[in-house]
Amino acid sequence: MALTADSTPATGPDPAPAVRKGRRRLRTFSRGDKVILSLMVGIPLLYEAVLVWLPALLSVGLSFTNARLDITQPGGVKLVGLSNYRFIAQDYPPFMPALEHNLIWLLFLTLIATPLGLFIAVLLDFNLRGSWLYQSVFFIPVMLSLALVGIIWQLMYSSDSGLINSVLGTAGQPGAVDWFGNSKINLWAALIATSWKHVGYIMILYLAGLKGVDPTLKEAAAIDGATAAQTFFRVVFPAMRPINIIVIVITVIEALRAFDIVYIINRGTNGLELVSALVVQNLIGEGTNIGVGAALATVLLVVSLVPITIYLGRTFRKEMR
Amino acid sequence: MSTAVANNTRNADKANPNGSRIISSRTRVFSYIFLSVTAFLWIIPLAWTLYTSLRPEADTNKYGYLSTGGSFNFDNFSQAWTQGLFAKYFVNSAIITIPAVIITLFLASMVAFAVSRYTWKFNITLLILFTAGNLLPQQILAAPLFQMYKHFPLPLSVSDSGSLLNTFYGVIIANVAFQVGFCTFVLSNYMKALPSELGEAARVDGAGVFRQYWQIIMPLTRPALAALGTLEFIWIYNDFFWALLFIQSGDRLPITTGINNLNGVFAQNYNLIAAGAIMTAVPTLVVYLVLQKQFVAGLTLGSSKG
Repeated sequence: MALTADSTPATGPDPAPAVRKGRRRLRTFSRGDKVILSLMVGIPLLYEAVLVWLPALLSVGLSFTNARLDITQPGGVKLVGLSNYRFIAQDYPPFMPALEHNLIWLLFLTLIATPLGLFIAVLLDFNLRGSWLYQSVFFIPVMLSLALVGIIWQLMYSSDSGLINSVLGTAGQPGAVDWFGNSKINLWAALIATSWKHVGYIMILYLAGLKGVDPTLKEAAAIDGATAAQTFFRVVFPAMRPINIIVIVITVIEALRAFDIVYIINRGTNGLELVSALVVQNLIGEGTNIGVGAALATVLLVVSLVPITIYLGRTFRKEMR
Repeated sequence: MSTAVANNTRNADKANPNGSRIISSRTRVFSYIFLSVTAFLWIIPLAWTLYTSLRPEADTNKYGYLSTGGSFNFDNFSQAWTQGLFAKYFVNSAIITIPAVIITLFLASMVAFAVSRYTWKFNITLLILFTAGNLLPQQILAAPLFQMYKHFPLPLSVSDSGSLLNTFYGVIIANVAFQVGFCTFVLSNYMKALPSELGEAARVDGAGVFRQYWQIIMPLTRPALAALGTLEFIWIYNDFFWALLFIQSGDRLPITTGINNLNGVFAQNYNLIAAGAIMTAVPTLVVYLVLQKQFVAGLTLGSSKG
């Protein structure tokens, strides 16, 4: 990067007779240029194919095999049909709770955290005095890793010295609530910790979206006597349709990708089972069973492809025409 | 894209004088109250962590964690630093993050250049493949990647495991693979907005494809590269999973994965854990203070199109 030449004025003598506007076709290239262009696309493409798409397909493949600790296991890897799927559906107790928790995760983010982020963005968009200060406060958690968020909230939640139990006067007492340890409530405690970050993320996206809405729309609505709420729901929110869809997709994908925070808390056990965590439990440590892990990963892949397809379809639809 | 950002700021400036007129004073009062209460709640976890980290354990044991008694100092930080392998973790994070960001931007910018400046048959297919890769949950790739790494022979002089496992290379490679897609998407949008005459003129002057990319398009893409670089720095620094999967030696973990061990190492000493948490947050907070605009621009670059 340091080699970057100074931005030599890119305006040639005169690009005037650009009758044939638009981008160039490949056939106008010299051979050397073709080779270089192929390399520029080919190397990253190969990289991406080998490290992302091949493993994704291999996960599907491995899910139909009896691979346990290694693909070079004695006796070889054999196809076993759907038996890994039958196992996770029938004989693997954490699977159903994990699906349920992923769904709760999704609903919580969609119905509570994301709307809260939007609401805060709307209030900040009023350009109140000191709004940069509020903005910074909501913004800081966005910069932190979810692993670190888990550690920080542990200091809030711990039963013997956490802030919440200290305020309640129960810290270290028998009546103390172990927010991350009690399997009846730890999912909600983890969701609150996650939302601490998610709300700020959504706020940033919507702040940009709101700034992009033509202010004369709002002024016109105000002149017509609309209240702030009416202006928002009837004028501003519909005008942000593209960003709304992206925010929904991001929220769904975040819910499917949730992993770090539950893994930091208790590796995704005891009330915090998530499909992603079960995949890892089947790949690391004593219980290693590649086939089962791959079957769980395939379930996650199939579910993930729904929001990804919607997102890509929307994003690239215009260009496909 | 650049024009969109420019428009945004202009709209903001325009809205400012009118902002007070659009909302009633009742709405304004409500907004202040709501934002103040929420912001207060929002700052508590970090404030509490900082507060706890500044107090010796003996004092918090004596007075309780929710108290003001006792002394305040940085002893927890020095103790956590030496006891918790922090120096190592930070170096490891730098070894992983810096090359990963540079390689990611380099690969992504090449593809973005090719698909945005020239018409290919498979332009959209390519972009879809790259973008989708970044959206998958990492765990989907875990089992096959682990096996591929394990059976990828490397000389012992390069890797003491004889494979890609337990190496920084392995973590860097996986991070790059996962981030290239998003960067390609953002950069191609940005480059598309640059006038196509630029390339034409350079071609008339006899510049080859690579020179057009490196000397003409890349310098003009600098704002997007700065924004993405900041964002990717944070994202890769914050990545927890790849090192968890591939690194077995505790002293090779980057900081974000290393904090997984804090509870064990500090034996429930919350003051030390708090100090460790604050230290872990410092690099991102520095980036936040210095490059906040770039970070936000990076985040919104990816979403402002749709």
